[in-house]
Amino acid sequence: MLKRLRENKSAQGTLLVSPTLAWLIVLLIIPLILTTIISFGTRDADGGVIYGFSFHNYMRLIGISSDCDNGQATCFDPLYVNILRRSLSLAFWTTLIVISLAYPLAYFVARAHPKRRSTFLMLVLVPLWTNFVIRVYAWMMLLREQGVINGIIGWVAARFNVPFEPLQMLYTPGAVLVGMVYEFLPFMILPIFTSLEKIDNPLYEAAADLGANPFRTFLRVTLPLSMPGVVAGTILVFIPVMGTFIVSDILGGRQVILVGNLIQNQFLSARDPTFGSAASLILMIMTLIVTYFYTRKFGFGEEIVAV
Amino acid sequence: MTQTSEFAVELRDVVKTFQTPEGTTLNAVDHVDMKIKNGEFFSMLGSSGCGKTTSLRMMAGFEWPSEGEIYIESKAMGHTPPFQRPVNTVFQSYALFQHMTIYQNIAFGLEMEKAPVNEIKTRVGHILEMVQLTGMERRYPKQLSGGQQQRVALARALVKMPNVLLLDEPLGALDLKLRKEMQIELKAIQQKVGITFVYVTHDQQEALTMSDRIAVMSKGKVMQMGAPVEVYERPNSRFVADFIGESNFLNGTVREAEGEYAQVYVPALNAEVKGLNTGGVSVGQNAVVSVRPEKIRLSEEPALKMNCFRGQVTNTTYIGSDTHVYIELGGQKFKVWEQNKISSLDPKAYYTIGQNLCLNLFPENTLVLAES
Repeated sequence: MLKRLRENKSAQGTLLVSPTLAWLIVLLIIPLILTTIISFGTRDADGGVIYGFSFHNYMRLIGISSDCDNGQATCFDPLYVNILRRSLSLAFWTTLIVISLAYPLAYFVARAHPKRRSTFLMLVLVPLWTNFVIRVYAWMMLLREQGVINGIIGWVAARFNVPFEPLQMLYTPGAVLVGMVYEFLPFMILPIFTSLEKIDNPLYEAAADLGANPFRTFLRVTLPLSMPGVVAGTILVFIPVMGTFIVSDILGGRQVILVGNLIQNQFLSARDPTFGSAASLILMIMTLIVTYFYTRKFGFGEEIVAV
Repeated sequence: MTQTSEFAVELRDVVKTFQTPEGTTLNAVDHVDMKIKNGEFFSMLGSSGCGKTTSLRMMAGFEWPSEGEIYIESKAMGHTPPFQRPVNTVFQSYALFQHMTIYQNIAFGLEMEKAPVNEIKTRVGHILEMVQLTGMERRYPKQLSGGQQQRVALARALVKMPNVLLLDEPLGALDLKLRKEMQIELKAIQQKVGITFVYVTHDQQEALTMSDRIAVMSKGKVMQMGAPVEVYERPNSRFVADFIGESNFLNGTVREAEGEYAQVYVPALNAEVKGLNTGGVSVGQNAVVSVRPEKIRLSEEPALKMNCFRGQVTNTTYIGSDTHVYIELGGQKFKVWEQNKISSLDPKAYYTIGQNLCLNLFPENTLVLAES
């Protein structure tokens, strides 16, 4: 039996993937099918599901409302479209800012002396030792009206006798953006670092030797060779930012509602699992579309080698 | 190319000091003077850590001398960065850009010069022909064999038509057969383009085959500089005689030194040995007698009036073209390479262990060196 397994490569493969496959079927595929079915149903008075085949949840999401003031059968209600748009643009800006912060840092760590490199990497990971939610709450302490930042500015203002009104930073889109950037920065630094570290020193020397100044070396050699890291980091940051609700919940309050918050609300407060399921699926489809076009342009972050 | 000086590269009293992990300092290059002529194939030969690669890297501008000055085309280089030097480098690891095609790799240097697209096309095509890679333009480096990648690295540096091409053990990663082919090809290319080649290698055979001149280096210093035939036939020290090729050595004291020849008393043989006084020794000085294994003649009876010593064969190795004969003489093992001039299946034709033979050391093939 064991001997036969040793010779049968395809049986080995099946054996290796089956635990994960079973896990995924039970906890991803089946729930996904259920979510899809529920999303086409309607909600009953107690928050239960009446199964059926109705598109009305999706219509609501894209803004076609039957609850109109002017007596028309349908009218446009931008509430949910705005939430989707806000989520998309927040994820976009978060990713962009994270890349521009992470790249120079990853470059610095990758070019540092090997002895110091592991220390720097550890420092990058230190925030991850604390719980995600606690880290977001820490930002609340910094940003709120009586928080650390307002405190410092107020203290300085008082020293110079300048009148100072505490800044309203918490519960703004800016606060959510800051929190997102902070939370997801390490997930961008690590893959970029990995791909930068793989660039051997002679490649920089070869570029310089062939007449490229440091700027052109960066554009023509360093950047293209580190793109796999940027792509991998983008996928690791963009997808979770699209779906997360904790950061916007704590730092955005009722002011900044994202798809994640919408879904959470539908299941836990509004008790409309059918609408929540539809929103979940829309979120997934949106993420898939963006990722599809992105990876089609830049690849999946694998080595850039055409064979 | 306008040539203003006889020398393409000149090192004047160059020192490169490195910090060792233990905190001490080390002179990787130790007061080196070197004059490399225009159009010359110049090799720096030595074992690892002798300073040859550091010297080359200083010429390229990847390192700067701690002391002294490097002149390229009579211009002091100072701290000129690599991208402003009129030299190009072929790296040991090739350092090809994996994300670029062969064409893009070779065109890179010309694009940096802002050469017109048409000119780039012509020059890349021309150089690909020279290194026999026509048709490979659109491939990626990973799709080529080691030997082909090596040619791309060469083409990428050569296409810029630098005044000086620096090569850092470019054939080190190739197998022996390919290496020999590339040696011949490299030399042919060098003669064709007429560019000065500065070649770093630890392979003495490679240096002897290809170079116009060789600098033999050890511990950061140049031990001897000269044509291949000079460093092999007239080594200036025991180190060079030992490092390049093989040699038998006898220690002794100079008894007589007249004209071209010197006579050295060798206590181990209790006899005097006569040889060419290439070390310029004088009477009373300690000296080393050096004789190459292929220059000793073996015979049953003495063939010379002097410089003949009897010994016993302790071992023989038949290697096809030669037989390596090891002979015990004065408590020392002598290596003698005998060419197999006759074709025979009789093992006795190739000397036998225990055989008593005469070693004839011809004075004109024997060197007397100063003891270092």
